[in-house]
Amino acid sequence: MGNPSVDSLCLSRCSTYAGPAHFASADFACHASCSIKLLSQLVQSSSDGEVAKIQGFDFAEWLKSTVTEKDFVGENWETSVLFCNRRRHSLNSIAELTDRPQSDDGDVPSRPPQLLVIKPGLLRYGDPFAAKFAVLRAWESPLPLPAFLSTHARSAPALLCSAATRVAAGLLDLLPSLRVVVTTSAGLNHIDLPECRRRGVAVANAGEVFSDDVADAAVALALDVLRRVSAADRFVRRGLWPMEGDFALGSKLVGKRVGIVGLGSIGLRVAKRLEAFGCPISYNSRAKKPSVSYPFFGNVCELAADSDILIICCALTEQTRHMIGKSVLLALGKDGILINVGRGAIVDEKELVQSLVRGEIRGAGLDVFENEPNVPDELLSLDNVVLSPHVAVFTKESFQDLAELMIANLEAFFSNEPLITPGH
Amino acid sequence: MSSLPEPGSGRPDVLVHRFRSFDLPFHASLRDHFTILDPWTDSPPDEPAHAFLARRAGRARALVCVGPTTLGADTLRLLPSLRVVIGTSAGVDHIDLRECSRRGIAVTNAGAAFAEDVADYAVALLLDVLRRISAADRYLREGSWLKTGNYPLGSKLGGKRVGIVGLGNIGSQVAKRLQPFGCDIAYNSRSKKPSFPFPYHATVHDLATNSDVLILCCALTEETHHMINREVMTVLGDQGVIINVGRGSLIDENELVQFLVRGELGGAGLDVFEDEPNVPKELFGLDSVVLSPHRAVITPESFEAVRELTVSNLKAFFANEPLSCLVRLE
Repeated sequence: MGNPSVDSLCLSRCSTYAGPAHFASADFACHASCSIKLLSQLVQSSSDGEVAKIQGFDFAEWLKSTVTEKDFVGENWETSVLFCNRRRHSLNSIAELTDRPQSDDGDVPSRPPQLLVIKPGLLRYGDPFAAKFAVLRAWESPLPLPAFLSTHARSAPALLCSAATRVAAGLLDLLPSLRVVVTTSAGLNHIDLPECRRRGVAVANAGEVFSDDVADAAVALALDVLRRVSAADRFVRRGLWPMEGDFALGSKLVGKRVGIVGLGSIGLRVAKRLEAFGCPISYNSRAKKPSVSYPFFGNVCELAADSDILIICCALTEQTRHMIGKSVLLALGKDGILINVGRGAIVDEKELVQSLVRGEIRGAGLDVFENEPNVPDELLSLDNVVLSPHVAVFTKESFQDLAELMIANLEAFFSNEPLITPGH
Repeated sequence: MSSLPEPGSGRPDVLVHRFRSFDLPFHASLRDHFTILDPWTDSPPDEPAHAFLARRAGRARALVCVGPTTLGADTLRLLPSLRVVIGTSAGVDHIDLRECSRRGIAVTNAGAAFAEDVADYAVALLLDVLRRISAADRYLREGSWLKTGNYPLGSKLGGKRVGIVGLGNIGSQVAKRLQPFGCDIAYNSRSKKPSFPFPYHATVHDLATNSDVLILCCALTEETHHMINREVMTVLGDQGVIINVGRGSLIDENELVQFLVRGELGGAGLDVFEDEPNVPKELFGLDSVVLSPHRAVITPESFEAVRELTVSNLKAFFANEPLSCLVRLE
């Protein structure tokens, strides 16, 4: 993994310059500006004996004599990023950079493919791509995006993006060499697939990598709302227990009828989990699924009328926008609860807030909202809702899995093999 | 205040034994069949409880012990006619079983009436701790999503090694619920259960060594008191999680607090505490714990099941019929 004493030096240096958010994961998460400052620091402090000699090569001495801070500005930025990232991940490669004979790492390509990343997204939690790709970090450049792309990304064959980046003609025009897009989302709404097809740009998405975690979050929210877990936690933390304050009981989960909207990868997993709690399952989907035996409802309203817990697991499309509105909520009724781990806009949020405030439904567990990170004020003081800041997919494990999947897709593409999780 | 029928009116005396704050929501249905004696409602305020019992409860052959109200030898000695104690909770560690055994007093508990609801809550606590549901909800309500941005990552449940301590009614329901999440389940119990397909560990320490999560579902006895101690918590480690839906004293609570505050234990979901309703204040500032005021494991539906069980056991007792959920007294 690298020289432990140097890595711990890096970690301690970086913690001086970078904030805790950069080190959310256990891995040493270092991005370019951090590397730059680190290397400057190393240059200045190379006499303090902390920098270990690596494989007989005095890194600090080399830095002092070869590299200065101005090397990390302007045109050399790209090279610098490459240097910093490769230095962190592959100490063997230092020898390569200094024209020394390589140890046994004959497979390192002389120029790994460029991978354009426009917003930090996945890279917020570390940069696992740096070992295999020349990562172009557009958000770190002072240049406006179009200028950055024209200057630095004209030959970039690959783009890593999240659902926050619209991939359509406008962007594609600025990336003449683009051949593959890998998106960290399961959804593909943000990508103009026909346009990509027309230009011969392959697309890969996140497949089912998040499905377990989203399903777990849906179940966690349903349990929390029904059994009032967070409300109980608040009750205790406010010191109300010794005062024998009133605490309303939750309701039994066994036997509650669960209605799943969207029985895809996530919905099926939700069903399997809640079945083990003794809940009968029904569903609504674009089409009946012959492979499952759960009762199918062609109409969301009818499903809601027959459910105690309605769980939204579907994608946001033109058909599903505001699908959960006044009539569905009335059908769900005053003992019903709504769980949304899909997209905020699937629910008519104004109507939902009114229903909750007026006690027309029992409660709600929401991971997504129409205008994130804004959450309607009325919800913030309700005890019968559980609010989640769009973290259903966010576990350390799923991020690792996601990064591995993105890398696997890219490697497959550059080896002329089929994508692992093609988007189209 | 209730008016007491005269003794000998036909409805047998049943003493209700409870802490003042523990209401018995099914008083009404009991009064249909029995003469209920309740020191909190039937005794003048200046009369101490033991005086009431001596004056009024001499003929009571049955006692309903509400929740974890302590029933000690001192109270039992004031009840010369007592033949049965009907407990409304699953646990019986608050009842002096030795004295009951000595006197030949039968004891019943709530059996499996709560088991599903407790199991649901145990899984809910585990999901909450791992995925930080309550902490993220707090974060959002404080306005931090707007101000500070994204909330730190939680941890996936799938793939976690979950050690269940006590594979009785509750423990087996917990195991059933965890399977679809992709957890690796193992257990420790007083004895191996051949019908359960999970790995058995002879000691809690052994189980903890091989687990990421411990879920405590067992009874509190002399053997299990402070079973979760410094050694067990050390072995569980700083990513380890403890869920306790058993009894507070299964865990050395002082040690637990230290481990959590120092970050030497990853997190805890606690429904029970050593000195309820008092919860160590150091826990209130931690995002790694989820706290519950013991009552929270109960739902109106399971309480209804306990009501039915209580009434049916009392009727059976007075009709000389067999009782359900008898606790074995050693």
